[in-house]
Amino acid sequence: MNLTEEEKRFLNDDSAPSRRKAMEILTALGTIYGAGKLITVSSVQISGVSYDNLGEAGLEFLAQMADGGGKACVLTTLNPAGMDIEAPQALGISAEFAESQRKVIDAFARMGVVTTCTCTPYLAGSLPHFGEHIAWAESSAVCFANSVLGARTNREGGPGALAAALTGLTADYGYHLSENRVPTIAFKVETRLAGTQEFGALGSVIGKALEKAGVKPLPYIHGIPVASLEELKSLCASLATFGGTALFHMEGITPEANQYTAPERTISVSRQDIDFAIQSLCGSAPSAASSTRLPDLYSLGCPHLSLNEIAQVARLLEGKQVKKEFWITTARLTRDAAERMGYAAIIEASGAKIAADTCCVVAPIQGRFETLVTDSAKACFYAASKHRFNTRFLPFEQVIAEVLA
Amino acid sequence: MILNGRCIFRGQAAGQTLCTSMGISFFGGVDPDTGVVVEKGHELFGQSIAGKVLVFPTGKGSTVGSYTLYRLKKNGVAPAAILNAECEPITAVGCIISEIPCVDHLPQTLLSSGLTVRIDAGQGIVEILSGRIENQ
Repeated sequence: MNLTEEEKRFLNDDSAPSRRKAMEILTALGTIYGAGKLITVSSVQISGVSYDNLGEAGLEFLAQMADGGGKACVLTTLNPAGMDIEAPQALGISAEFAESQRKVIDAFARMGVVTTCTCTPYLAGSLPHFGEHIAWAESSAVCFANSVLGARTNREGGPGALAAALTGLTADYGYHLSENRVPTIAFKVETRLAGTQEFGALGSVIGKALEKAGVKPLPYIHGIPVASLEELKSLCASLATFGGTALFHMEGITPEANQYTAPERTISVSRQDIDFAIQSLCGSAPSAASSTRLPDLYSLGCPHLSLNEIAQVARLLEGKQVKKEFWITTARLTRDAAERMGYAAIIEASGAKIAADTCCVVAPIQGRFETLVTDSAKACFYAASKHRFNTRFLPFEQVIAEVLA
Repeated sequence: MILNGRCIFRGQAAGQTLCTSMGISFFGGVDPDTGVVVEKGHELFGQSIAGKVLVFPTGKGSTVGSYTLYRLKKNGVAPAAILNAECEPITAVGCIISEIPCVDHLPQTLLSSGLTVRIDAGQGIVEILSGRIENQ
């Protein structure tokens, strides 16, 4: 790889050990992926924030990087943590976990990372523009940034993203290069989709078909006349989860789509395919029997809810009482806006819980519930595989209707 | 005999090789407290990688595996060095954050378990000092 004189100096500079370590990570990744050089990035999104995923080793590494003088030199935000940073007890998080999680957040804060913990940084102050190079790690946000915004990022791992933050650089390969953004296979959606649940189901249909087709997971989707921010957010999370997709093009919707003609190889997506996917996402997990389990967790907010969605939740809950454990997860900034608008007060008066900074995928809730009920295809996948819950996959409004029933 | 590979992470090491033709998932596949391979059905199942020059084709599994290598190092049971056919990001990042010398692009057929080797990873050099050499 060709490095500039300054980059070479950083790579050998013992006086800045964390920056040196970051350069070593970037140059090794560049070597493995055959990058010719490093390029500057304008923002970074770091994954591996929940202590539930990091463990003690991850925390020690982050503390070491902070101790070594690591400082973020571009706008850097964090993925959801394992708890609401300001109210860990609200979701029944143990004091011990909360202490470890705080140490993780402190290490990031010492490195100058903005500790807004959200999987939707594009709704919380980090909004890259078309063609901008970034280094993001959250898979759903990577898919959103590449596809919906037209920014350019690979799917970074946690340490790779941190390395990008501490240097403002990333290796120039993969989705940073135009030749790697060409769609490989087309999907023709032959049914009208509506709502986050159906767009999530589409993501699982396409994701599984991509795996079967054995092509690079870069689909060109047509047949969708209109899609909301929330529907695209849901599709991105699901495509990334089920297909490993970091980039798709959608005719008439995403900004790069008109640069390409649809690939000849086309797979049709029918109403039957969507309905089948919805059924498949409802399932029973082989669960360890536990008398301490609560029956059901109802949750909206994977990815984190937008302000619009929170307004909708408030409208549906206003003046009513929930009869189930119901968590609404969102970004801290969105929560603050929801408070300003009075939505948070309405929701909390109903008995539902709004948690910021966290979500039901990364919170340490394994074994606490029997079943997760949600509108999120991604959350269903992780509830089954990570937490060993049963899953029920319902439309957004129906989740709320059941919570009230 | 001297083998020339590609430096993934610098450093010098010497020790006995432990080889497998199977990929290794450090997360879930290796006990971070003992260094023993715990993946059922793995060729190295039950063997310790602690202090060994670990030779395997490539890594696999969860990206959290990078942190498992870090934990192995902190617990004093990390491999002395890692030699791969084709290194991937999980192993590479794990070696870098744990300061484990790592070289790839090596002809795996020339390496077998029980060799004594000396490694200068920065130069991509693996020197076989003694032991059996297969396929020669």
